[in-house]
Amino acid sequence: MTMNKADVVIVGGGLMGSAAAFFLRQRGRSVILLERDQIGQYASGVNFGNVRRQGRFLGQLELANRSWALWKRLPELIDDDLEFIASGHMRVCYREDEIAELEAYAAAPEAAQLDLKIYRGAELHERFPFLGKDVKGGSYAPHDGHANPRLAAPAFARAARRLGARIEEKTEVAEVQKVGDGFSITTTDGRQFSAAQLLITAGAWGEKLSAQFGEPVPLETNGPQMAVTEPVPYALPTVIGVYTKIPEEVIYFRQIPRGNIIIGGGYRSKPDMLNRRAYVEPRSILNQLDQMRRLVPGIGNLNIIRVWSGIEGYLSDSLPVMGPSGTVDGLFYAFGFSGHGFQLGPGVGDVMAELISTGSTRTSIEPFSIRRFAPSAEQRSKAS
Amino acid sequence: MATARVVIVGAGPAGVRCAQTLVAAGFRPILIDENRRDGGQIYRRQPQGFTRSYATLYGTEADKARDLHESFEHLRAQIDYRPDTLVWNLTPGQLCCVSQGEHSTVDYDALILCTGATDRLMPIKGWQLGGTYSLGGAQIALKAQAVSIGHRVVFMGSGPLLYLVASQYLKAGANVAAVLDTSPLGKRIKALPKLMARPRLLFTGMKLLAQLRQAKVPVHLGISPLQVLGEADSGVSGVQVQTARGETLTVACDAVALGYHLRPETQLADLAGCLLRFDEASSQWLLATDDAGRTSVSGIYAAGDGAKIRGADAAECAGRLAALALLQDLQQPVDAAQVAEQHRALKLMDEFRVGLAQAFPWPAEQAKALPDDAIVCRCEMISAGELRRTVSEKGACEVNRAKAFSRVGMGRCQGRYCAQAGAEVIAAAAGIHVQEVGRQRGQAPVKPLSMLTREVTP
Amino acid sequence: MSARFVRLAEQGRPIVRLKVDGEPIEALQGDTLMVALLTHGPALRQSEFDPGSRAGFCLMGACQDCWVWTRSGERLRACSNEVREGLDIITQQPEAIWPLRG
Repeated sequence: MTMNKADVVIVGGGLMGSAAAFFLRQRGRSVILLERDQIGQYASGVNFGNVRRQGRFLGQLELANRSWALWKRLPELIDDDLEFIASGHMRVCYREDEIAELEAYAAAPEAAQLDLKIYRGAELHERFPFLGKDVKGGSYAPHDGHANPRLAAPAFARAARRLGARIEEKTEVAEVQKVGDGFSITTTDGRQFSAAQLLITAGAWGEKLSAQFGEPVPLETNGPQMAVTEPVPYALPTVIGVYTKIPEEVIYFRQIPRGNIIIGGGYRSKPDMLNRRAYVEPRSILNQLDQMRRLVPGIGNLNIIRVWSGIEGYLSDSLPVMGPSGTVDGLFYAFGFSGHGFQLGPGVGDVMAELISTGSTRTSIEPFSIRRFAPSAEQRSKAS
Repeated sequence: MATARVVIVGAGPAGVRCAQTLVAAGFRPILIDENRRDGGQIYRRQPQGFTRSYATLYGTEADKARDLHESFEHLRAQIDYRPDTLVWNLTPGQLCCVSQGEHSTVDYDALILCTGATDRLMPIKGWQLGGTYSLGGAQIALKAQAVSIGHRVVFMGSGPLLYLVASQYLKAGANVAAVLDTSPLGKRIKALPKLMARPRLLFTGMKLLAQLRQAKVPVHLGISPLQVLGEADSGVSGVQVQTARGETLTVACDAVALGYHLRPETQLADLAGCLLRFDEASSQWLLATDDAGRTSVSGIYAAGDGAKIRGADAAECAGRLAALALLQDLQQPVDAAQVAEQHRALKLMDEFRVGLAQAFPWPAEQAKALPDDAIVCRCEMISAGELRRTVSEKGACEVNRAKAFSRVGMGRCQGRYCAQAGAEVIAAAAGIHVQEVGRQRGQAPVKPLSMLTREVTP
Repeated sequence: MSARFVRLAEQGRPIVRLKVDGEPIEALQGDTLMVALLTHGPALRQSEFDPGSRAGFCLMGACQDCWVWTRSGERLRACSNEVREGLDIITQQPEAIWPLRG
């Protein structure tokens, strides 16, 4: 009979859960990972693939730097190629006053490791001559890059399995409960799992589980909008993204060495959570075409050959929930990465493994604590 | 009455008969078609300025082709016909269309998908070489352009189209090097009782074979394809197969027409959320519809080969029937006798369909035998070996997963020509039934969308 | 190299002149680009991922194997576009118009 007991049960097999399983095994903890569908099927497998640090909340850069150091150790770290290329990331803007904001970001002490360089005017258009004339400036991050999201979570899960983790796909959690010193997890097929510690990495579904422990969070689901062109000669190694406060201007693209150009951004769709399927909004794609023609006028001749979406969880402040539970000992969370979790994935797995194994982590994750959503004492007394 | 906005996609036999039935009931449907002219693939019209007769173009089916074209001409003023228009995506109640680089939306209350079929392909080593065409493609070259795909053409695969196109080539004066059929004679004899459901078609088929034999075209039954021979730059120079007796046969040629009957175009229905089910008889996924063409999504109907591969005659019946079903659902009066007549006709064609699938079976076993270095996905140039490794090394036993890891089906054609064979390769490598590996989910755009596409402001 | 397609009938149509990779060729009115190119040579384009050349496959706009380019960079599906007088077709993917060091 299989023992359904481990030091740590992880609920949710996206990149966060898979990476956490891997690093927990490296630290010698026994791990069972429960995934309702397939590893990396939703947000983790369908995102843009940005391995980008610049532009993040400054308080997140310490975590992003730790993750970046792990990306640099690929493929040796997990003995698998995620097609990571540190080919540079350029954050461009259409307005002069936005250049000042990019400069302020580049000057922040937290961003020191990123080696950001600001381009503008003639120097900008000489260095990136394919950019449209509307582009006024940009911030270049030489060490950022991109990777293949379809491969990442499954590769970490396989690496974890090779180290002895149990990965259970098509296993849906029905209920989680604190029982004595540990946790009891019941799946919809009637199986019981138990563990001393529990990690919730259930992405867009994380809130359903945190609510079971009395910690609801304001999470909404969104479908990212992605498109890919036919292959053309590889000439655009730099990932380019637009920095703007106007939602429809948000557009980003990257070219992979095979030649296809992957495009994301713009309006998001509302996923069908019942059937767990997200569709692309046609207007998002049409907007992307408009925005791409503005950003890279020479791109107009290409064809879009495929579009896709997925299911991402966004917190109301666009920061993830990450760290220990505010109310239950032994319970940990890492979900709701609000559309910017891919780069963080390995780092989140490493930090959560450290936190779960040792009780603390050397990386600051306080801004992501679930306690920021806990009702204040005053609100609690009003509610009662 | 007749205020419901009804849109038909596809102007082949199903779409035209559907439109005709709706017009007779007082509707003015919108008929959207990707082609510049009506007729679909089977009754595709030659371009303006071509002069061949109906008899030359459509042979035994000339009267049917003429009737369909004439019906369409009569309808034209009574429908909103939009040729040269691709429906690349849809949302509930709205189609996204692109024509000549301009984007527009079309609202619908009811949608009838008559999107037809394309050739069903099983890869063979070397099929990426220039000069390998689909059987249907070879037929279009002749029918629509009066050309042969090569100086010496081998027809290989299985299904009724194999003999039809080969004899059309012969009749048009092309050099037919051989007809190589993977189906053995025994299968055909076993299927005879079902094929007798349509004796005229059965007889036509036998006559085609006799004509080929009479013209001394080598016809081999029960062969196993080995490879298409040739060079990267010059293309096909021959084919190599194993005969039923186990001998290796090489036929010199500069073109190969390859195909194993048809597969439905289900992308739009899939994007609309219509259910598909695995059809045992043909061993492929078909739209789940009731016997009148209602899909699982209310207000969306399907008819013709896009719903079920039954050929042009059945498509005409199914087109009418889907229109009648829609009229019933809209509480319009419908002639019960007309409904019964279409059902009766379709029943025979259904039996014949199963007979054909038995007589010319999909050669699933070839997927297992495909050498590791044979290309499965022509768009992305991914080999059978690479696909198998995603199963053996990465545990991808589901087709969408295998696609994500290997790129099979990720190219420009969106898996039209490799997904079914890819599923067989995965199933064989994983040791499970092909139904269990699933099917590739449809993704927009249905065909490539130019980045120059602009919205038309109404 | 030799032509791939062979004309069997309908040869009395008016002539249309176009260029393929700089060379003038004659086609017939109503020809698809595919027929125009393949009655003069063996291929339509270079494959992206191998040394081979491609000559189309399905002829019905489904396989997307037959895309060619005009000199101005416009993409045309050869099986579903007719020849026009003066078209300037190229069968090698044009050089990207952006420089490599981007």
